[in-house]
This record gives sequence, structure tokens and C-alpha cells, in this order.
Amino acid sequence: MKLAVWTYEGPPHVGAMRVATGMRDLHMVLHAPQGDTYADLLFTMIERRDHRPPVSYTTFQARDLGADTAGLFMTAARDAHARFAPQALLVAASCTAELIQDDPGGLAETMGLPVPVIPLELPSYQRKENFGADEAFLQLCRALARPMERTERVTCNIIGPTALGFRHRDDLAEITGLLSEMGVEVNVAAPMGATPADIARMGQAHFNVLLYPETAESAARWLEKEHGQPFTRIIPIGANATRAFIEEVRALSGSTLPVDESRLRLPWWAASVDSTYLTGKRVFLFGDGTHVMAAAKVARDEMGFEVCGMGCYNREQARPMRALAKEFGLTALITDDYLDVEAAIEEAAPEMILGTQMERHIGKRLGIPCAVISAPVHVQDFPARYSPQMGFEGANVLFDTWVHPLVMGLEEHLLVMFREDFEFHDAAGPSHHGAKAQPLPTGATAAHAAADEGGSMPPPAAPPSPDSIVWLGCAERELKKIPFFVRGKARRNTEKFAGEKGLREITVDTLYEAKAHYAR
Amino acid sequence: MSIQPTSGCTDTPVLRERGQREVFCGLTGIIWLHRKMQDAFFLVVGSRTCAHLLQSAAGVMIFAEPRFGTAILEEKDLAGMADANAELDREVARLLERRPDIRQLFLVGSCPSEVIKLDLSRAAERLSEVHAPRVRVLNYSGSGIETTFTEGEDACLASMVPALPGTEARELLMVGALPDVVEDQALALLEQIGVGPVRCLPAKRAELDAAIGPNTRYALTQPFLGDTHAALQRRGAQRIAAPFPFGAEGTTLWLKAVAAEFGIGPDKVDAVVAAPRARAEKAIAAAAATLQGKRVFFMPDSQLEIPLARFLTRECGMQAVEISTPFLHAELHRPELELIARGPTISEGQDVDLQLDRVRATRPDLTICGLGLANPLEAEGLATKWAIELVFTPVHFYEQAGDLAALFARPLRRREILRSSHPNRMEAAE
Repeated sequence: MKLAVWTYEGPPHVGAMRVATGMRDLHMVLHAPQGDTYADLLFTMIERRDHRPPVSYTTFQARDLGADTAGLFMTAARDAHARFAPQALLVAASCTAELIQDDPGGLAETMGLPVPVIPLELPSYQRKENFGADEAFLQLCRALARPMERTERVTCNIIGPTALGFRHRDDLAEITGLLSEMGVEVNVAAPMGATPADIARMGQAHFNVLLYPETAESAARWLEKEHGQPFTRIIPIGANATRAFIEEVRALSGSTLPVDESRLRLPWWAASVDSTYLTGKRVFLFGDGTHVMAAAKVARDEMGFEVCGMGCYNREQARPMRALAKEFGLTALITDDYLDVEAAIEEAAPEMILGTQMERHIGKRLGIPCAVISAPVHVQDFPARYSPQMGFEGANVLFDTWVHPLVMGLEEHLLVMFREDFEFHDAAGPSHHGAKAQPLPTGATAAHAAADEGGSMPPPAAPPSPDSIVWLGCAERELKKIPFFVRGKARRNTEKFAGEKGLREITVDTLYEAKAHYAR
Repeated sequence: MSIQPTSGCTDTPVLRERGQREVFCGLTGIIWLHRKMQDAFFLVVGSRTCAHLLQSAAGVMIFAEPRFGTAILEEKDLAGMADANAELDREVARLLERRPDIRQLFLVGSCPSEVIKLDLSRAAERLSEVHAPRVRVLNYSGSGIETTFTEGEDACLASMVPALPGTEARELLMVGALPDVVEDQALALLEQIGVGPVRCLPAKRAELDAAIGPNTRYALTQPFLGDTHAALQRRGAQRIAAPFPFGAEGTTLWLKAVAAEFGIGPDKVDAVVAAPRARAEKAIAAAAATLQGKRVFFMPDSQLEIPLARFLTRECGMQAVEISTPFLHAELHRPELELIARGPTISEGQDVDLQLDRVRATRPDLTICGLGLANPLEAEGLATKWAIELVFTPVHFYEQAGDLAALFARPLRRREILRSSHPNRMEAAE
């Protein structure tokens, strides 16, 4: 038993629903109690879908338990087939139905429905949402994909995008366009937009482009083994990765067509002098493994940030995540407990977080700006505009998205110079954000009051330094004169410096000695 | 006020349906109950699905350490490798240590905990002994196999009733979790009318808990409190039958019924409420201009459907096509059904696909439904109002009556404003 307040992933049947909802002419019958239908709103509200997810729930109640829940399942399956006439039917059990052991797969098999029925085993008490999506897509491929002649021209399948995925809609469009520029046609894109009949002809493609290992790696491996289709390993997030991805696709397809880079702006935007202020900004990354690993490289190599922490919530990606973190000189944080993530962020005192909606809230609490790079998603992660993460346009989007939460270049300097200005002080926040600036409190000395008021790093609940180190009043006041967006780092560096020097008290001199020591 | 001398819809045969139900389970009530009871923590003993539901139903995360959480059952709890009770005790001890502000802990049963027959009432007794007197531990079921949406609040309040102290005092108990601002308005009105002392269930904090006994008279402010009503009756308290305080009419009837029980005549009530009632009628009239003559279809969701249909048909000029409720408590709803003119289909339970067929066949001007159905219906050109907003928004008593009407008018006004660019403009032009 484990206490959870917020979760990064839903149960596995929600993952299976993401696959089913992304597809067309497929229906899913979920053996589940009343109430599990809440999952529909994830799709209709968060993603603004204009159709109900193609899922029929048996919605059994307590009074059915002693009676015939199996009969209820069969009725639901028969009705669903009659009403929706799908090309194939997925059947699965949610966490409660797993306990009553009706075996939906076995029951459906006995019914003689005239379409393929694909049973899913979704161990709700061991696995989570990403597993459910990956497993559902794997079973669909196993059941439906037939050996076929390769297409005459070089084609590929794009696999991984699902309903409710972080920017899957736009990534799929961007990568489809990129491949088309290279002369590689898309045979099938799945699950998103595919029908069961499309899955059946996936074997025609020469290779697979795997966009999201979280949702389609098992299928990619199975297709490689059973259908001899190699798959791409590089996730085209960022300019460098997109170029490497192009090379990988060239190797697989033999394409020699040039790719137009004139739309790619990130490299110049990052190199132009206005971006100098981004140099060495300490960022903490957390999310799903794929997005964090890709974003870490972009952060370091393309934005000039310093990565001070990284991790993921999906254990399936723990191994490559640990390896990459090691390369960055870090230890990866692998956890699905947001309290652990919050503690790690507080400890690392970054200047920015690249995370999920959870980290956005953590950032709000700690006064650290945050940009979202990964699921779990929120209605805000489905913008009306085209906003991919992948390919060249994706790289442009990353630049804009990651810079937006920060205080901008010259403004940062002005804050340092005029931090006691009545409307241009710490607590006012970045001036390009909408929130009303807090007036500078009168009395005391303004900078101190502003620092106490908000925007500052809160004093750590559990100080990272030994308790024996004490900030003297004058040093504490000097610390508060440092703008809020670097104050956390200054505090931490000074305490670390004092600890290393064996100092018990921090004076103004200690503060500046530490500053000189860590100067870069 | 004109009450027709008819029995309204009380004799209308109820269409009972059984099939897929597109409803929340009772766990959802935790979202508002944990804000109402400021020293309570709701610990769901369940699965990842339960945790995910709470997070999703909350929509925006209430991130300042919410006073609810889920003890997620794991494989080893089910396989008997771990004693689930020992695990629960450990999690509760850790929680209470971390949250010293907690005075009431609700162990909330879920579908999985009930199917594996984890006895939370014994666990609550055991934990009460361990953590008394600082913390009172109660339990109820919010599971989908037992409860639908608002029945979770009912189960929660019902679980509190046996633990309340006894009294012989003649007091009014106002039952149902109301937003603080609404509760304060109601208390002020009752005081001016001369009814008192008045207590509330649930109270904001454990130490404000009401005492009850044979002289307690209680009035429900929410229509879904059937089990709480039964539990109060078992303690000897007596219910004041009345329509529910929605709209100017409902509020007035509710206040008059309460006043009558305390020996105060309708004239006194009329005098006290004249000003707020006039304000309410004026505010309702503004929204009613949009709602007048429009046809409304209620899908089953919160059990507020019947009182709200009464409000919309009698005070806003709407016509009800179908009024559907997850569970129709005949006794509690009788005063409401008496007021609704014959005509609409009254249905209980749901087969969502069949009901959607009826929605499509009748093409109402406004459909009240859950979040899972709203956008799909809008995409078919049917205006909707999400039912969950009705339990998350202050809608009771006079000062909120206009807001209540506006909740229904807004989707219609919005469609009108967007008419030229709406994706369904072709249908709208029909």
C-alpha cells in the first residue's frame, strides 16, 4: 500500500483507451464498475475531442457481484458490436474487474463475434498507463498485422502517437512532412488515425519510425522480429537530434534528397546576443524518459543551459535515463512520487524547471519558473495553434516555450541594478507575464521587504546545509539584495562553500568569497 | 407564488433503465467535502484508478497539499503477502504525523477495497482507539459499485451521524455541505425569521459538531441525502419536508416550512425575505429571458435534476423533455414532483446509448450532462451544461438564484454570440 496524492500516470486501462481513442473503427469493451467512465472526460475535456471515446463500460454495481457480471460483460460486448460495427474489438478489465476474474477475453472468444476480438491483460496493481498503451498497441499488431509484400517505393510506418499524448498530433504532422521531403512516404501512422485494417497492412512498410518508446517500443521490437522491419532509435527533438534522425532515416531508406533547413530558427535564436543571458542557467528536468532525455541534450547543447538535475517517472526508461544522467555528471531521479521530485528540486535550487504539469505546480510553490515538456497533460497542452516538439519547427517551439517563463535578458540586468525601484522589483515578476505586479511594500528597507513578500526562494523547509551553519543578520540582508531568480543558487553555493571551509557562521564576506569561488 | 392544486408529476410512471452509466462514483464528493471540512482528511483505500479519478475530477489540481489522498493497493496487498490492515495502520500513522492539523480522518472505501472485503469499519474503530482523542476516524464507501457521484457526500454525512453527541434540545439542523458564503446567508435569514438555534452538518470543524436527539428538527439543503436522512431518523430526529432551496420559490417554500415547524407564520417569513426575494426574482428574470420557452433534457448525474427541473420550468419558463436521475428517492422528492407540471419523461438509472438516442430524437435546446458527454453533444449541434458545475458552484438560496439561472443561460447565449463562426452553424440555421 502506498499513499499517493497526485499521480503521473493513470491505470493501465487508461493507456489502452489512449490507443483505442486515437484509432478509428476500433471499439473497446471495458469490464469496469460504475464510475470508471470518468476516463471519458480526459479525452472530451482535456483534449477537446468531439466524439466519445470508443469505449463501452459494463458498469457493474454491487448488486451484480453476486449475480452475473459475466453475463453483463457479454451483453455489453454484443451491444457494442451491434451499435458501433467496429472492424475489431479490444476487451479488457479495469482494476476492480480484474479482482472478480470474469476473464473478459475468454468470454468474448466464446461469443463468436464476426470481427477479431483482442483481449488485453492489464495488471492494474503492478503496472501503469504507459504500459497499458504499449501493451494494447503490441497486442493489436500481433493480432492484426499480416506478413505482406513491401511497397515498391520506400515507405515507413510512424508508430507511437496516441490520443491524449503530449503534442502527438503536431509531432505526427511535422515528422510526416519531414519524411515526405526526404521522399519517404508514410504507409501507416498508428495508433493515431489508423483503423484495424491499416494495422493489418503495416508489414508493407520498409521500416518503422518510433516516435514515443513509452507507447510503442514493444510493438517496434515485435515488428522488427516478426516482419523484419528495422526501427529508428533517435527521437527527433531539437535541431541536433532532428539532423541525426534525418541521417538515420537516410541510412534506412537510401534517401539522398536534401532537407531544407531554412525554417529552423533555434540555432540562430540561441546564438544571437540577446540569448547570452541564458548561458549556464541551471535547469532541472523531470517527466517521461523520452522527453527528458531529449530535452536534456537540447538544454545543454543547443540552449547553453546547465542541467543540474534530471529524472523520469516511468521506470521502464530508468536504465537509459540513468546512463544519460551519468554522462551529465548527475544521478537520475527515478520516482513517481511528486513529493520526492519536489524535494529534489528544492535541494537543487534550479533557475528553471523543464517538467510536467506537476512540476509547474512545484515551481509555483517554490517560485521557480517552469516550462512543460512532457505528459501528464492538461488542457493547456492542447493548443489550438500548430505546436510540435519534434523536427525543425519543434525546435523553434522549444526555444520559445523555454524562454517564455524567464525574466528576459536586459530586464534581468535592470532588476539587479534597480532592485528597489517601486514598480521594477523582485516581487513584480517578469514584465511580459500578465499577473498584476505587487506594489513594493513601504517601510523597512525596500529590497528586504520585497524579498520577504514573494518571488523569492522560500527558506528551505529542510535546509540542505548542516544545521550548525548560521547566517548572520547582515549576510542574510545582503543575500536578499540578490535578485530572486539567482538567490536560491547564491544561498546554496554560500552554504556549500561555508561547509567546505568548516565555517559555522556566514558573514557578508563569506557570501562574496563564495561568489568569487563559484564564479564562471 | 402559485402552487397548482395538482399532484404534478408524482403519478408519472418512472422509466427505469439499466445499462452503461456515464456517471462519476461517490469518491468525487471528496473534491468539495475536503474544502468544506477544514480539519478533515479523506483517505481513499483503493487503486491507481481512484487516485487518477480524483486528480482528473478536480480538473485543476489543488496543489497546496490537498486534504485527500489514496492508499493505493498493490499486488502484495492482494496476494495476502502483506497484511492490508497493518499496511493501512502504517500509512495512517505516517499521514497523521505529517499532518498534525487533522482532527477527522475518513477512510473511504472504493470498488477494489469492497471487492476484496477489506473491513474499513473495523479499521476505523481500531485506528480511532489508537489516535483518540486527537483524531476521530470514520469510514464510508465512495465506491462506484455502491455510490453514484453525490451519494458519496450522503455516505460521508451518514457515517458522521452515529458519532454525534446526543441532546434533548430543540434545535434546527441544516443538512448538506454548502459553500461557506451560502451557509452564512442561510443562517442570517433563519436568525431574522427567528428560527434557532441552528446547527450545520457537516460543520466546518470537528469541535463545532452538532448534537442531535428526538427534539432535533432537520431540513435537507441537498436532494441526494437519503442515507443521511435515514441515519438522522434512527437518532430520533425529525425531517421538515420541503422543496429544496433552489430559486426564489424553492428558497421561500423551504424557509416557510422550517419556520412553520418552529411556530412562525408565513407572514413573518414574507416580511423578512421580501428584499432578497425581490432581488432573486429580478436576477432570475435577466437569465430567464434567454431560457424562456427552451426545452431542457436532464441526463442522470447529481440527483439535483428534479429540483433543478422544477426551478427551470417554474421560474425560468423552460420546458422539460426528460428529467433523469441516478436514483429517485420518492419521499424526499415528493414536494418537488408535486410542483412540476405533467409532461416530461421521468427516468431513473441509465443506459447511456439509449438515452443519447432519445436526446438526438428530441433535440432539446439544452442538455444537462456529464463532462464525458458535453463536447460530443456540442459537436452534434446540441447545447449542453455540465452537471458537475452545479455542485461546484454556490447555487442555493436567494442571492445565488440568479447565478443558478445564468449557469443554464450562458451556454445558450454563447452559442448565439458565436453563431456566425460556430462549427455547427449549418444546423443552427435550421
